[in-house]
Amino acid sequence: MQAPSPGTAPVAPPPASTAPPAQDEFVPISELPADEKLPAAPLLIAAYAVVWIVLAVYVWTLWKRFLRAEQDLKQLAGRLPPAR
Amino acid sequence: MLPGDHRPMLQRSFVFMLLTGFALVTAAPLLIAAAPYESTMGLIQKIFYFHVPSWMAMFTAITVCGVSSVRYLVTRSRSADRLAVSAAELTIVFGLIGLLTGPLWGRKAWGHYWQWDAKLTTALVLWLIFVSYNLLRRFGGLGSERLAAGVALFGMANVPFVYWSAHIWRTVHPKTSVVMTLGPGMRPAFYWSAFGFLLIFGALLAARTRLEALRASIDEAYLSAEDI
Repeated sequence: MQAPSPGTAPVAPPPASTAPPAQDEFVPISELPADEKLPAAPLLIAAYAVVWIVLAVYVWTLWKRFLRAEQDLKQLAGRLPPAR
Repeated sequence: MLPGDHRPMLQRSFVFMLLTGFALVTAAPLLIAAAPYESTMGLIQKIFYFHVPSWMAMFTAITVCGVSSVRYLVTRSRSADRLAVSAAELTIVFGLIGLLTGPLWGRKAWGHYWQWDAKLTTALVLWLIFVSYNLLRRFGGLGSERLAAGVALFGMANVPFVYWSAHIWRTVHPKTSVVMTLGPGMRPAFYWSAFGFLLIFGALLAARTRLEALRASIDEAYLSAEDI
């Protein structure tokens, strides 16, 4: 090995990498580390909640619009002359 | 005769159909839980049981809207127009369910909520077409019915592209043929859920069309009351 020449600063060795080595072959999900697994249950529950929330909100808006139409109907009945 | 004289009967049938539909969708998780796991995706595949039925309901709504719009353009039938505007609103509701549940599956299956591939992009464009239909009906003023009917036809013409996009172009989305190749253990859960969604769609369409008819009758009655 060649010794550093006088008057030049010694070169620092490259820092040791802390990242795991690159994976280039198939790894079954069951063998993945826990922090790389994405749980399916919260996503599934969220999807089911979306169905219920969207439908419930729509039914509620529909109901409100029916009530408003009924109010208009009552006002209209008050304006019409009584039936003979 | 005042509008809404047949309302009690309709309300009863609407409530009955809606309760039946919700009962089906409530019972569906039991069948879905009992259905076997798909071998590669595991638990997350079960989103399929309400993601696909929501698109089935949306495509049905688009077909109803498109056919009613053609009928309106040909005959100027007010009832056809009322059916079209009601179905267009439900297209947004069921499309929203599909557009929200799909990315939740994609997050697990693809690692991303959204991919700008042909299937997802055409589905989003289709949904936006019907958003524009509803905006047109709400803010377009007098005469917007005919223009909106044209938009509905354009939207209906897009349905085959959305349906076949996974076959025509290379996409990350599963092909539509996956429904026909379901395992025997998965079929009861899927068909039960699909039937529930279509029943809810039918109930909501009946109620929404009735509301549109009620509003039209009230408007006409107001005009005639002013003439008295």
